[in-house]
Amino acid sequence: MNNSVGNTGRVLWAGLRALLVLTVVCGVLYPLAVTGVAQVAFPGRANGSEIEDASGKVVGSELIGQRYDLPLKDGEETPAPDLRWFQPRPSNGLGTNSVNTRYSIVLSGATNRSGDNADLIRWVTDAKAAVVEDNSTDGHRVKPSDVPADAVTSSGSGLDPHISPEYARLQVHRVAERNKLDVATVERLVAEHTDDRILGFIGEPRVNVLALNTALRDLVAKG
Amino acid sequence: MSPVLAGVLQLLALVAALGLSYRPLGDHMARVYSSEKHLRPEKWIYKAIGANPSVEMRWPAYLRGVLAFSAVSVLFLYLLQRVQGSLPGSLGFVSIDPDQAFNTAASFVANTNWQSYYGEQAMGHVVQTGGLAVQNFVSAAVGMAVAVALVRGFARSRTGELGNFWADLVRGTIRILLPISVIGALVLVACGAIQNFSGIHEVGQFGGGTQQWNGGAVASQEVIKELGTNGGGYFNANSAHPFENPTGLSNLFEIYLILVIPFALTRTFGRMVGSIKQGYAILGTMAAIWLGFTALMMWTEFAHHGPAFDIAGGAMEGKETRFGIAGSSLFSVATTLTSTGAVNSFHSSYTGFGGGLTMLGMQLGEIAPGGVGSGLYGMLIMAVIAVFIAGLMVGRTPEYLGKKIGTREIKFAACYILVTPALVLCFTAASFVLDTPANSMTNSGAHGFSEILYAFTSGANNNGSAFAGLNADTQWFNSTIGIAMLLGRFLPMVFVLALAGSLAEQKPVPETAGTLRTEKPLFTGLLVGTIMIIAGLTYFPALALGPLAEGLAA
Repeated sequence: MNNSVGNTGRVLWAGLRALLVLTVVCGVLYPLAVTGVAQVAFPGRANGSEIEDASGKVVGSELIGQRYDLPLKDGEETPAPDLRWFQPRPSNGLGTNSVNTRYSIVLSGATNRSGDNADLIRWVTDAKAAVVEDNSTDGHRVKPSDVPADAVTSSGSGLDPHISPEYARLQVHRVAERNKLDVATVERLVAEHTDDRILGFIGEPRVNVLALNTALRDLVAKG
Repeated sequence: MSPVLAGVLQLLALVAALGLSYRPLGDHMARVYSSEKHLRPEKWIYKAIGANPSVEMRWPAYLRGVLAFSAVSVLFLYLLQRVQGSLPGSLGFVSIDPDQAFNTAASFVANTNWQSYYGEQAMGHVVQTGGLAVQNFVSAAVGMAVAVALVRGFARSRTGELGNFWADLVRGTIRILLPISVIGALVLVACGAIQNFSGIHEVGQFGGGTQQWNGGAVASQEVIKELGTNGGGYFNANSAHPFENPTGLSNLFEIYLILVIPFALTRTFGRMVGSIKQGYAILGTMAAIWLGFTALMMWTEFAHHGPAFDIAGGAMEGKETRFGIAGSSLFSVATTLTSTGAVNSFHSSYTGFGGGLTMLGMQLGEIAPGGVGSGLYGMLIMAVIAVFIAGLMVGRTPEYLGKKIGTREIKFAACYILVTPALVLCFTAASFVLDTPANSMTNSGAHGFSEILYAFTSGANNNGSAFAGLNADTQWFNSTIGIAMLLGRFLPMVFVLALAGSLAEQKPVPETAGTLRTEKPLFTGLLVGTIMIIAGLTYFPALALGPLAEGLAA
């Protein structure tokens, strides 16, 4: 075995050249080729699955959850939800743009709180009370046991675009009342926007909140 | 359909898909690593490297190649991050601080992909696509190369030659990882994963005004992140982010990508040692542990014990609606039983036992089925230990695959299984003796202990997932986890290659009536038992202080 300096240097030099060549292959050619094909074959998906309302205005991505809040009032730390619209899941784990303050990029993140964490217990308890209160109308009382788990927990990304069909149905009476629509009309809208499991068993049943609210707004506008 | 039944059907679909690709992929990989021919683009690459791919290497030379390539990679990736602020295509993101740049460089080269940085806020196109994603390919190819070298050690006799590192590195990348990645990336884009270079741009939103998105080559990085069992997300939320993992179908496909090479390598192993059945015995061991863990995980997550989950009525904290409990449980087991560490749901918010299972999965040494390459060589080391224990019981010199497991061989295997636990337990203990690291915890009590135990378990085992409540971007964690990742990756490789060299020099021992039949189910049982006993004895006290205490209190 020859462990001379010259030999070590030669191996390192070979390693560097190997890295540079493989960087060109895997770090330049490969992503460019995939991007090229993706942009031609699936331009909508490759650029973020943007969706438009009836007037053709982009309202966001089908995949990225948004907040539907009232403007922040003086003295409030967090804005109150705008109850005309279907509400998404909580997103307590989203941070602020701390590394790069020149941007305000849409961030992602989870709370990472454990099941016995005091903050999480408080958040879940408060969220449950709020969901019960917000969604109870004169003719319709919501029971705490009706509230599904996704309504009171933050998702992994904090950007979950979906809610469970149970949570969507729970909001129907409130949304109908606030928008002066028939309960049956809103129920039909929710049913139309409920996706079942893919092929019947992959993933979970879900309702896309942005698509649902966009359709709702178009419906209200049509009067 | 109930969520549990849907989960079981998804598991069955996964098993079927893995079963269908097992033979073709395993045989393909055996051909790739046995072929005498070089493809034309490969010849250009060898010319650029200045290496003769037909020269056989003994273990020290093979190891020098592994270490030199990896050392250069760490340095390159470190420098790339340090100058990010001055590079074009960096979206105006600043250079990374030295401690974090070291941590990230070590992390991606060691196939760990632990991330103490905030993906969408810290890394621009150049570092993500030209630096980090490249290591996703080559660190995986290095792992496969070392595994193949060990397999050659069993297959060859009276030579000591283990193949050519440069040829194994290039072939693994060009003939195995790249083709699957191209197809897989397009599948992910078809599901909705993004693939563009639009950088930071404005998009309209429902309530008026705009939101800022960070676009990038996400699908192409996502696919190799799973296929190469790397795990480093483009975005902070990793595979929970809808742009990385948009649907239930993409979720199942990503779990498939994580598992497909590690399982199929057992077929490659069987082919190369000349007995498919030996490969099945190893496969059986891996599959038994994987299925057992998946069943336990589904059980504990559906049962959702824990104060906050009881109030909520389900353990949906940190989980996405489109994946649900089942899709999240499948993913978390796959990612921690391999060296992947990608997450589609946040392990810190699992039930106490669920979090414990993710940790135990890594502590088994990530061998069921394990990382690409590292899973196979880790499991073969366990097989050597199991054969040795069986030999002690009956008082015979142990043999495996026609090779004697003598003093020299068992010393290498013993060193291998000591490295990672020593790193995990010593660094965890050190963190609790010092004042500052403890201030990084989000949760207190047993779960707080778990955060730090998880961090070093994940780092030293080259997993990269986290109980992410821990603020790991401190000088202490960046440096110590960085060191744990490098030692946890490359020290075991030294022992594996030394063992491979020693096996390849031996002459084969003829099989007799007294030889332990290592292709039989009995051996699979012995192997599962050995793995459980070794991991259990090593980690039980630490697990009792963390996840077990949390789980029993719930």
